[in-house]
Amino acid sequence: MKKISTPYLLLIPGMGFLFIFFLLPIFNLAQTSTQTPKGGGDTGQYIQTWRFANYVDAFVANREQFYRSFIYAIIATILALLIAYPLAYAIAFKAGKLKNVMLVLVVAPFFVSFLLRTIAWRQILGEQGFVVPTLRSLHIISSSTTLTSTATAVIAGMTYNFLPFMTLPLYASIDRIDPRTLEASGDLYANAFTTFRKVTLPLSMPGVVAGTLLTFIPAAGDYVNASILGSPQTKMLGNVIESRYFKIVDYPTAAALSFTLMAAILVLVMVYVRKAGTEELV
Amino acid sequence: MADVASSARGDLKLSNITKSYGDFTAVNNLSLVIPEGSFFALLGPSGCGKTTTLRMIAGLEEPTKGTIHLGSTDITDTKPYQRPINTVFQNYALFPHLSIFENIAFGLRRRGIKDVDDAVNKALELVELPHLAQRKPTQLSGGQQQRIALARAIVNRPALLLLDEPLGALDLKLRRQMQIELKWIQKEVGITFVHVTHDQEEAMTMADTIAVMNEGEIEQMGSPAELYDNPKTAFVANFLGQSNLIKGSITGSDGNNQIVDLFGQKISMQKDRSHAVDNSILAGIRPEKFRISRLETSTSGNVLTGGKVEDVSYIGVSTQYQVLMPWGQELMVFEQNDDGVAPFSVGESVNISWEPIFTFALRGDDDAEAGTEVSPDEDLDEE
Amino acid sequence: MSSLSRWFGRNLLRIYAVIAFTYLFIPVAYTFAFSFNDSAKSNLIWKGFTFANWQNPCGAPDVCGALGNSIKIGLLATTFATILGTMIAFALGRHKFRGRSTTNLLIFLPMATPEIVLGASLLSLFLVFKINPGFWPTVIAHVLFCVSFVVVTVKARIASLDPRLEQAAMDLYANEVETFRRVTLPLVAPGIAAAALLAFSLSFDDFIITNFNSGTMNTFPKFIYVSAARGIPAQANVIGSAMFILALSIVIIGQFVGRKRKVS
Repeated sequence: MKKISTPYLLLIPGMGFLFIFFLLPIFNLAQTSTQTPKGGGDTGQYIQTWRFANYVDAFVANREQFYRSFIYAIIATILALLIAYPLAYAIAFKAGKLKNVMLVLVVAPFFVSFLLRTIAWRQILGEQGFVVPTLRSLHIISSSTTLTSTATAVIAGMTYNFLPFMTLPLYASIDRIDPRTLEASGDLYANAFTTFRKVTLPLSMPGVVAGTLLTFIPAAGDYVNASILGSPQTKMLGNVIESRYFKIVDYPTAAALSFTLMAAILVLVMVYVRKAGTEELV
Repeated sequence: MADVASSARGDLKLSNITKSYGDFTAVNNLSLVIPEGSFFALLGPSGCGKTTTLRMIAGLEEPTKGTIHLGSTDITDTKPYQRPINTVFQNYALFPHLSIFENIAFGLRRRGIKDVDDAVNKALELVELPHLAQRKPTQLSGGQQQRIALARAIVNRPALLLLDEPLGALDLKLRRQMQIELKWIQKEVGITFVHVTHDQEEAMTMADTIAVMNEGEIEQMGSPAELYDNPKTAFVANFLGQSNLIKGSITGSDGNNQIVDLFGQKISMQKDRSHAVDNSILAGIRPEKFRISRLETSTSGNVLTGGKVEDVSYIGVSTQYQVLMPWGQELMVFEQNDDGVAPFSVGESVNISWEPIFTFALRGDDDAEAGTEVSPDEDLDEE
Repeated sequence: MSSLSRWFGRNLLRIYAVIAFTYLFIPVAYTFAFSFNDSAKSNLIWKGFTFANWQNPCGAPDVCGALGNSIKIGLLATTFATILGTMIAFALGRHKFRGRSTTNLLIFLPMATPEIVLGASLLSLFLVFKINPGFWPTVIAHVLFCVSFVVVTVKARIASLDPRLEQAAMDLYANEVETFRRVTLPLVAPGIAAAALLAFSLSFDDFIITNFNSGTMNTFPKFIYVSAARGIPAQANVIGSAMFILALSIVIIGQFVGRKRKVS
């Protein structure tokens, strides 16, 4: 293990690839974000004007979608955490011999294309599905409410699709807890709820942090759920960026929005991680 | 160079070996000769540098300074796979993805030997586990893994076999059994064994020669009896077994003996068992050499009076006493329960006596507590 | 407390797990059920049961073309990402070198970047160099987001490898190359296999990044997205269900093989 050249030889292909196809594009995107359209007809032609006001314009014009993306993502993350935690706990402590089977079952739905799953939810929650008519006949919702094309459906879809991302890191962390520490807590006069609050939850924090990050980050930039399960009223930032690339050709705005999204996510992540206190992310 | 190294044989000689990691010196200017065919032990507490020394012999670490010779061949700069030296690792390090047979055959195959069946089967018989040849390491118990690790090393008939605390993870009974077996195997096979351990009983049971290491240096080297009967430093006196060390000064001489004053009481000891450099000494006597007696009983040899029994521990084979002497020191006495005499009780006034020839003397400025802080359950991953 | 409520309290978690798993599988069951739907084009309303779709999975136009592309891209991207990622993992896991934390950061960033940003920025780059989006740009995009996951997976496996095993190999006359070939690689192989599987699943199921970089080329997820409005053909359900069954089988067989090896 003394050769100095070996690590660099190993790194160059992979890191070179990342440099060319990740860093360069990001820089290029940054460059694009400060361009303005060249006047005179031809769409898709831009000149480099270093117009940082693009950012302000883009943000102001799409404030609503911005907030919506983050709020939906946060709600979906919290819901996913609430659903996944007891499940992860059950697998870690109550599964016995079925542990591996249950882990496979958590991941298995993933094997069906996520688009198929999301569309399935659209059908299930739609007029022809079984959910809405049942709820209506039970008078839980009125006969005019629909579930599809609503914020509820979008958030529900996001929560569902990111559930494995939340469950697996949670499980990995909870599984590491020595059950004897929980017994010790009980021995020292703590009831089940206190044990959870003071022992289990703190010990599983690394999993909580990892799971929430792995859920929130993709959720904030998602637009497929909004597209399939939502309506023009539930448009997220991702939808805007997509349309600015493919429908209304406006690369600088799209680029500016992408960066703002990325920056906002990074800031939130760093604040969150520092507060939660974990250092090793990779 | 590689071929010469791999066929080297002879005594192992370490000359002025130093190993430093930045500011920290693990092994400090160490020199020693391990005679071919002997069972040699490197004994010391965790962190003393014994495992580092072993790894340098194996070639897994490079010395910062100094040279290593096997016979007349300088092997200092050779790689581990070029040296005719094999190691039995502390955690056995059996290859989990290979069968027991392939584990043992590994070294033979790497050296280009095609027909390995004979040698592997012989090695398996030597450690009495021929029926495990097709199993995987994870299916074996700790004791079985340890023996396979030994077979894997021995099958290569190395010039030197290094053992890094191989018995640490075994329970007491199995450990005792393996100690006897290892000693037998070494005599059978005739290979030089270098055994690293922190367990002084283990070293004394198995080794022909022991080197006691402390903080990167050898404190004393010799046969178990030499080290036990006549330790040169407080560390060795306390690390091997237990010692009573009493501060005193040499006040006179009497032929081959010298008179020593211990807090006002006079004793006699042999001059050639003294390692002191001036008149101030630490007089040392092993607890089992002490005889404890009531004040009216007659005694012979050296006598210390004014003792009061502070603690009595009955251990079946023996009874151990802590006796408080007038100068405030508690002395340890081990009495064999071999004559049915009722033990002494706490508070009794007693005399302590012993044969003068068992006394040894250390330098007066030596630390009487050195070597006493060793804990029995050492962290196996230390150093 | 009555014995019923006590039973309930003790098994609350187990009951919850059953409910949660049911919830997880609802869309899967729906997809599977509707693969048997006897409908000509639009698979929105149940019309009747038929095996015809399963017998003719490529019946709908372009379904199998899209599927073929997804598989080809998946295999290519997996191969490249696994090789590049494994090399990086070994460099990080077995060597000390300057710039280690920078490398770690650069590996981590793609995982933390929203897919839309990855896709959009790559598209921008291709546009600058006048490369049209299509098959190879998609492969490159897939390699990009898979590499980091491969590195993390393989690195974890390398970290759990006892370095003393490699020392033992060298002690037993194996030089550096032989040690790697006979000890390190076989022991890291399961991690590499897991990373490859992960990369393939990520690639096969990817939509957002693919959407930006595939141009007119169709992949299976893209095909579904585009057909979503009028209703995806039942054949897509068939393929989706078939992939599910195939993947599930591979995992279950893998579990069996692993357990058998431990017992014998």
